[in-house]
Amino acid sequence: MKFTLQKLQLRQEHFLLEVDLTASGQIIGIFGNSGAGKTSLLEVVAGLRRPASGRIAVDDLLLMDCNSRIFLHPEHRGVGYVPQDLALFPHLSVRKNLTYGHKPEAVSSAISLAHVADVLEIEALLDRAIADLSGGQKQRVAFARALLASPRLLLMDEPLASLDQELKWKIIPYLKRIRDEFKIPMLYVSHSPDEVIELCDQVIVMRGGKCLRTSPPGEIFEATTSMALKPGIYGEP
Amino acid sequence: MNADDVQVIGRTLGTAGLSTLLIFPFGVALAWLLARKEWPGKSLIETVVALPLVMPPVATGLILLNLLGRHGPVGVLVQHIFGAEIVFTWKAVVAAMAVMSFPFLVRTVRLAFEEINPRLEQVARTLGASPARVFMTITLPLAVRGMMAGAVWAFARALGEFGATVLVAGNIPGRTTTMSVAIYSDIQLDHEGHAYELMAISAVLAFAAILFSNQFSKWGGTR
Repeated sequence: MKFTLQKLQLRQEHFLLEVDLTASGQIIGIFGNSGAGKTSLLEVVAGLRRPASGRIAVDDLLLMDCNSRIFLHPEHRGVGYVPQDLALFPHLSVRKNLTYGHKPEAVSSAISLAHVADVLEIEALLDRAIADLSGGQKQRVAFARALLASPRLLLMDEPLASLDQELKWKIIPYLKRIRDEFKIPMLYVSHSPDEVIELCDQVIVMRGGKCLRTSPPGEIFEATTSMALKPGIYGEP
Repeated sequence: MNADDVQVIGRTLGTAGLSTLLIFPFGVALAWLLARKEWPGKSLIETVVALPLVMPPVATGLILLNLLGRHGPVGVLVQHIFGAEIVFTWKAVVAAMAVMSFPFLVRTVRLAFEEINPRLEQVARTLGASPARVFMTITLPLAVRGMMAGAVWAFARALGEFGATVLVAGNIPGRTTTMSVAIYSDIQLDHEGHAYELMAISAVLAFAAILFSNQFSKWGGTR
């Protein structure tokens, strides 16, 4: 995936997001501490916020270009979004959550419910209520729901931030399975270096609404001391 | 309880039910706009809608009388289109009840909409749902208990409406008298026993409405 953000500018009440970058890789991490603008950036890519200026493209697909007045609405972007709080629909069963965006009749839909349920090991949960799921199960259902809409791009907003370390390391293999089985490019927001090192090919480092640099994770984390950035820019140790 | 009482109770229940039905779609639409959208004049509309909560009901009734009366803008319009008068008819009772109970409906339903995590609606959009589908499949089902509670509160408020009603609909036996107006009239005429009978019936109806509202909000599982 080639991910291009040109002269993107989003003004909020006490915050200005200004990004201009190009990154390539199957999983591109967006890394930074709280308030860096990571979630705002994902929301812009998902079409949930409308920036004042800029252009966004994923490979050859133009999602938004303010100069040409092009703005694809979220339902037309084909971008799957897993927010930090997962936002599973509480009044629907697991099965109905999963099939909400699934279009089995679509010829291009290569992802089936059975396949996703198998890969993420959620077959036994399909008829359960959301309230009856554990934290890790909810996580996997949220991934599956986003996958079943056959997205061109998956946006993951700190999907493991609310889990304890033990559960986090149980979920990471599922993310690797998504990467290897479905080959869907991902933008993966995190403030945890170990997640980024484990999953991402490239990392966009953000602070104060700006992109500091884009590099492979190895370079970023080796460079920490020599760059003499403030402690905390890379999150928890 | 005599035949007149049954008629008064029936009229009160009927006009309160009709006023609730009439304001329900507008109340839900306005509550959604207030909860989910930013638009010019929002603060002004919020204030106007809340006015009947804080203004003396008789003052609201006076405004309604000027609007709906024979020479009022709404009264003239209705006379022109339907050839009918509003004031001092059962229609005025419905209008007074609707205006007085509207804020109760809007405030309760607005809270119900605000309680829904906007992320649910956003994620539904990213899953390919149009705004209309998101509203029908996510927003509405999650707000339905709040909407029903709002309707019950509005209905209960309409049942007890007095000040505005007596001004725009008067107390015309067999035509506009509601339970509240009948109680007031009985006290004025020294028919205390009858007033207490109607008061007891009013209390039972209000109790049943609130009980229903509370029970309804417990049904339907967790949000």
